[in-house]
Amino acid sequence: MKAALRPEAAAEMIEEGAVLLVGGFMGVGSPHRLIDAILARGTGGLTIICNDLCTPEKGVGKLVVSGQVSRAIVSHIGLNPLAQQKMMAGEMQVELVPQGTLVERIRAAGYGLGGVLTATGLGTPVEEGKQIVEVDGQRFLLERPIRGDYALLACHHADYAGNLSYLLTAHNFNPIMAMAAATVIAEPEHIVPVGMIPPDAVKTPGVLVDHLLGTAP
Amino acid sequence: MDAKEIIARRVAREIRPGTLVNLGIGLPSLVANYVPEGIDVFFQAENGVIGLGARPPEGMAEKSLTDAGGGFVTAVPGAASIDSAMSFGLIRGGHLDMTVLGGLQVDEKGHLANWMVPGRMVPGMGGAMDLVAGARSVVVAMLHSAKGEPKILPECTLPLTAERRVDLIVTEMAVIRPTESGLELRERGPGVSIEQILAATAAHLIIEGDIPEMELD
Repeated sequence: MKAALRPEAAAEMIEEGAVLLVGGFMGVGSPHRLIDAILARGTGGLTIICNDLCTPEKGVGKLVVSGQVSRAIVSHIGLNPLAQQKMMAGEMQVELVPQGTLVERIRAAGYGLGGVLTATGLGTPVEEGKQIVEVDGQRFLLERPIRGDYALLACHHADYAGNLSYLLTAHNFNPIMAMAAATVIAEPEHIVPVGMIPPDAVKTPGVLVDHLLGTAP
Repeated sequence: MDAKEIIARRVAREIRPGTLVNLGIGLPSLVANYVPEGIDVFFQAENGVIGLGARPPEGMAEKSLTDAGGGFVTAVPGAASIDSAMSFGLIRGGHLDMTVLGGLQVDEKGHLANWMVPGRMVPGMGGAMDLVAGARSVVVAMLHSAKGEPKILPECTLPLTAERRVDLIVTEMAVIRPTESGLELRERGPGVSIEQILAATAAHLIIEGDIPEMELD
């Protein structure tokens, strides 16, 4: 059985300079209470790995505004003008990764693979400095795994054992990131007794989840 | 009919029954409004839904059901929600029949540039590179020129999205098919002459035989 943590207690675990995998697509399926607690604590030097940097008012975008992010590995920053400014001014390192490559690099880390071969990015600035591998006459880029110190996830249901289920388009990167971090913290919308999530509906088995955030009062 | 509606109506005629289609955000998303009745098509949004539906009625939005632009949507009967790894597996793995994307530039080789303007606008590629590299058919839906400047050029000056040749370019002035030998002009926009198309296009166009006006419904 997992204990339910307050968001502040979860934020305290995260040290300066930590590498965070954060679920969500434009804030949908992001752990918003946990992000707000990290914002309040002011932990700095963070590396954020997320689909996008959301908007300045929402999700991980707030941590960019507060200056807590020193490095971001993301596929899109277009809706956070401050992120673009900080990137161009050299105040924040940004590595832009094609979305499908980003999720596969995270998956590779979580599934114990040494990398991913993909044709995505060939002939574009993405291929700079990367090894090109030929397989059966087809060219691919070798993309390296990305792992995190923490995976910060949002889910729909969690049970006391930490099994997680997700709703509709709020899956996105969450189930993949659950495999790729040393410590996994999930923020459920609802916590239900063990047995209420049917085994076939569990997308992230509880054995992967280290901590659950208690539900909002 | 304004320019964008002409483009959306013409692209909609490319959609075949029983296919899986991804529409980019912005102009391409308008295509869904003009799909002929009775065409059984599933739209994919790369944030994780197959079977994207219209906007929800007022007050009926579900925060975990959004499109790739983060807007609230519905889902059609038979829809499925998937995570980002499967979503991009569909795209790269040859399961996506068609993608419709916006464009900043397209050139005589059929190369598309649509994700950044160095030093000025760096939104990131999001899913665009995977879509162009992986979809079975890539349709570029864009205005023919930008502020009077041609967007169809001998060679793209902006960083490419992929090295793959796109399959069709649809603007309010023309339908152009990139081939191994160059850009073939196939159709004219409503009331548009070949001379007007040539004047608005910097790339060489191959013009053979009669060029009909596009049919829009």
